[in-house]
Amino acid sequence: MSTTTGTVAGPKVYADARSALDGLLRDGITVMSGGFGLCGIPENLILAMRDSGTKGLTVVSNNAGVDEFGLGLLLKTRQIRKMISSYVGENKEFERQYLSGELELEFNPQGTLAERIRAGGAGIWGFYTRTGAGTLVAEGKEQRVVDGDTYVLETGLVADLSIVKAWRGDTEGNLIYRKTARNFNPMMATAGRVTVAEVEELVPTGTLDPDQIHTPGIFVQRIIRGTGYRKPIENRTVRKRPVAGAV
Amino acid sequence: MGWSRDEIAGRAALELRDGYYVNLGIGIPTLVANFIPAGMRVVLQSENGMLGMGPFPYEGEEDPDLINAGKQTITELPISSYFSSSDSFGMIRGGHIDLSILGAMEVGENGDLANWMVPGRMVKGMGGAMDLVAGVKRVVVVMEHNSKDGAPKFKPRCELPLTGLNVVDKVITDLAIFSRADRKAPFRLMEMAPGVTLEDLRAKTTAKFLAP
Repeated sequence: MSTTTGTVAGPKVYADARSALDGLLRDGITVMSGGFGLCGIPENLILAMRDSGTKGLTVVSNNAGVDEFGLGLLLKTRQIRKMISSYVGENKEFERQYLSGELELEFNPQGTLAERIRAGGAGIWGFYTRTGAGTLVAEGKEQRVVDGDTYVLETGLVADLSIVKAWRGDTEGNLIYRKTARNFNPMMATAGRVTVAEVEELVPTGTLDPDQIHTPGIFVQRIIRGTGYRKPIENRTVRKRPVAGAV
Repeated sequence: MGWSRDEIAGRAALELRDGYYVNLGIGIPTLVANFIPAGMRVVLQSENGMLGMGPFPYEGEEDPDLINAGKQTITELPISSYFSSSDSFGMIRGGHIDLSILGAMEVGENGDLANWMVPGRMVKGMGGAMDLVAGVKRVVVVMEHNSKDGAPKFKPRCELPLTGLNVVDKVITDLAIFSRADRKAPFRLMEMAPGVTLEDLRAKTTAKFLAP
């Protein structure tokens, strides 16, 4: 398979993260940012959002990065007003801003968050789920009892802008993710009014097998080849290699 | 007195059946993977988007694109598959996962579970716990029998904010195992750790349970 990069061009292809976000950022917009923990996050686009100085953002992301990486960078610069997330335990600055009231936080169960984004991108206004019935999550929401089970009404989510990360993409915006770096990226790509994707490898059309595309290009308006990926590992966990010759 | 973390995990592993698809929570539940009986086919699901979780990688073979729900580096197996988080929770809510083993702060004698929030303390979030208990066919809790200050964690009703209402099928602690036939039945004491007497157990438990 070809690994051509740097020479690919097309109407969706931008030179870098800054130019790919040009004209899309305004204070107070809602942004979806792909990834689970620090896995599969749009590193280049987050940096460009930080450098843009855009403020008052509502960010939809399963997690909030760590202090020195990922969305933690936008928290440090106070660019985020509100987070919609399922788990934010890895970020001290987040904790400080939340406890001091500077940062608003809406917790969604992880599956509800994933489905709200999927629904938003698929034109589904709302759906009923058993998740969260009888808990704080259900408070103030319409509920229905069907066959003895209580279901909670949750609404679809859309964003002004989605920033996603894939492994390979072509100039049409077709995307392929790698391993568990897929996570929230495919749904978020569908739920942004504009979606900007960054990929490790950007190839000409005809290079990727159409049968293996995870996100069809219709969902991606702009694409860049990302550079300098750091991909930090949050919990490096290893096992001992068996010693050669040992029984 | 009482079972160690590994012994609790070993007891929880007795819940596994050949062909099961299983989701393991963080902490003691993760240890259950070490006690899957040889020859038994058990497929572990990681809710960020993987079936067929393999063991931790050898040093130098970590892949930042391959992590579990606890953000630990893992490996893939010949049976593995990857998918989005919405497909993953479709499996979970849709009742396709046979067993969820997870930790708890409190379990009520009515099967209620609290494991995500202590009011007044920084809340990290529920992650996938509410979806798991709402959708997985069988839910087994593993936990210390009492909190660090000695307070019973298996009690008449949860006082902390709930994760799910009437969702627990079995409770395995360092002191004892409680189980119930279905979600309308009361919990029954099934087994006590070596050295634990019924008198000890009753003194350390406020939940009502049936004697063995």
